[in-house]
Amino acid sequence: MTETLHIDWTLCDGRGLCTELLPELLGRDEWGYPVARTSPAAERSDVPVPVALLAAARDAVALCPRQALRLDRC
Amino acid sequence: MDAAQLDAALWAFGRGTGVVALVALTLSVVLGIVTRSGRPLPGVPRFSITLLHRNLSLLACVFLVIHIVSLFFDSFAQLTPLDVVVPFFGDFLPFWQGLGTVAVDLLIAVMVTALLRNRIGLRAFRTVHWLAYATWPIALAHGIGNGTDGTSAWFLWVSALSVLLVLGAVGWRLSTRFVEFSGARTASPTGSQREVQPR
Amino acid sequence: MTLTDCPPGGAPLGPPGDSRTPGIPLVSGAVGAPEGTARLFLAASTTLAAHRAAYGDLPTANADSLIDQLRLSSLDGRGGAAFPVWRKLASTREHSGRAKGRRPIVIANGSEGEPLSRKDMTLMTRAPHLVIDGLLLAAAAVGAPDLHLYVSARAADAARLALDERPDARHVTLVTAPDAFVAGEATAVANAIERGVSVPRDHVVHLSESGVRKRPTLVQNVETLAQLALIARFGADWFRSVGTSDEPGTRLVTVTGDVPAPQVLEVAGGTALVHLLAAAGAGPGELRAVLVGGYHGGWVPAEHVGAPFSKDGLRMFGAAPGAGVLMALAASSCGLAASALIADYLAAQTAGQCGPCVNGLPALAGVLRRLAGGAVDAALPAEIARLADLVTGRGSCSHPDGTARFVLSTLTAFADDVDAHLHGRCVVNP
Repeated sequence: MTETLHIDWTLCDGRGLCTELLPELLGRDEWGYPVARTSPAAERSDVPVPVALLAAARDAVALCPRQALRLDRC
Repeated sequence: MDAAQLDAALWAFGRGTGVVALVALTLSVVLGIVTRSGRPLPGVPRFSITLLHRNLSLLACVFLVIHIVSLFFDSFAQLTPLDVVVPFFGDFLPFWQGLGTVAVDLLIAVMVTALLRNRIGLRAFRTVHWLAYATWPIALAHGIGNGTDGTSAWFLWVSALSVLLVLGAVGWRLSTRFVEFSGARTASPTGSQREVQPR
Repeated sequence: MTLTDCPPGGAPLGPPGDSRTPGIPLVSGAVGAPEGTARLFLAASTTLAAHRAAYGDLPTANADSLIDQLRLSSLDGRGGAAFPVWRKLASTREHSGRAKGRRPIVIANGSEGEPLSRKDMTLMTRAPHLVIDGLLLAAAAVGAPDLHLYVSARAADAARLALDERPDARHVTLVTAPDAFVAGEATAVANAIERGVSVPRDHVVHLSESGVRKRPTLVQNVETLAQLALIARFGADWFRSVGTSDEPGTRLVTVTGDVPAPQVLEVAGGTALVHLLAAAGAGPGELRAVLVGGYHGGWVPAEHVGAPFSKDGLRMFGAAPGAGVLMALAASSCGLAASALIADYLAAQTAGQCGPCVNGLPALAGVLRRLAGGAVDAALPAEIARLADLVTGRGSCSHPDGTARFVLSTLTAFADDVDAHLHGRCVVNP
């Protein structure tokens, strides 16, 4: 069972905490919003999280100043 | 140690913890504004600023609790449990002490909603968190008006520095270039959806 | 091919035309199944009596058999996304329950945010009772006590009149949609019903599982519901008796743009674009290209208008039937200039919620505008491709994706013009 990091774009303000905590997974676009590094378009709002990065992903969810992130099992 | 000595020690303890709590609160307010900008500090990543903001707030609370508890036993203040939550009924300088009580009440609201942030939702958290801007000047006024050292030169210098820091941060926050990517971003066509918010 | 004028002026409908395969008459009550491709506009007037005379009484719905017939019919959604209708109904029913918080909600979506489209308004003003039939039947099939009819302001009066005429539709709530491009997106519709704000919202599960107030919510386009009402009466075999095997039945198409007689047509599925254009009075020689599927669609160059109006036939152009829109572009018009105006419009229609859309669409439109305006910069097409990729998949609705698709199709369909512009010329206006 893989977990995905869901980005709620209506809440995201591109503050950049998640991109610091998950640099392997997320970059930033020219406006500061997170961009999934490798995911195809269909997975850019639900980014698959490798097991090794789950702890960092949980931190990102907890620390997101806009509560725009959640981890979903799928 | 006789009773008079204990009294003096408690009193010094009460003063000292109050000052430390105020300084921690000042730094917390400033870091709260920094973290809201989305910008890192040199050598300090964004999530560390958020954690520092949180930990300084918790530190302020710890010192505040010691400050209050020590004054329960102070012969001058003669603080009662009622005074901790209900302002302006104290025996000693009721107005200035009352400000302290008001600040404590506000701070309890801010801290509880901050700790429950991920459960109560962003809107409730944000609304209450705005109270931080009221809490800080009230706490400072309490320190100046009520504190034994409140009007001493060193405390006034600390206060002046604190005011400058916070006013500077607030002024920066109100400027158009406050948010990290404000230069690159398009102003939202519906504007109201992205109003300024604390943190 | 049945013609209805656009905007509707109450003119009599044309005679049933060239059905490709003969209709198989079925009987529902005393009324026979319509033959040919004239199916949705058979009532002589908008009154309930005329509707009953043309189509018979509302059939009693058996949920299983209706969903079964919808599956056999292959009816897909006519609002743009073309999702199989039976699956939405089955999913809504599956997630519903008797508890108050699990009772499903059904919403007929006639908001028609696509500015080129007129078919939903035409349907609501000419055949509102067929839509209401479909709404009642769908609600019965999923066991929904809450019914909403969400329509554009221009269709609201007709909807009100029709609802007032029907004792069986007293529990239907009429809601007027704002005139905004994204107001018809399904989560925006759910938001409109729940909070009165027609902007899309974030979702991780389908609305059929958790929609309005977390209840299972079925949102169907009004044309979809009208087709459903016919399938409930006359069956899947009858539905499939016109059209092609991959695009069965009829569909409503708005033909607009540089054509002598813009109109809404009811046509057999899979009809070639050239026939649709001819019905509106335009020959392929007079056109440069046709925008298919609306502003989120794709350009089909004039030499390819023999292509069928079907998912398979339009895929190679990055287009799809969508909400059934054809916009013709005259041979004398610059495709890049026309596209730049549309991209500007789409950028302005962001709901203002999602950062990549709010910032990315104006940037994307800006580069296209520069290219169309004659800026000689060989890097522009690559920059358009980069921005189009950057915004795709990064919003709570498909507005950034649809806009990116449209802009990319502009570069493909008008490749010769892109090249000319980069050399300081224009194919159309040298």
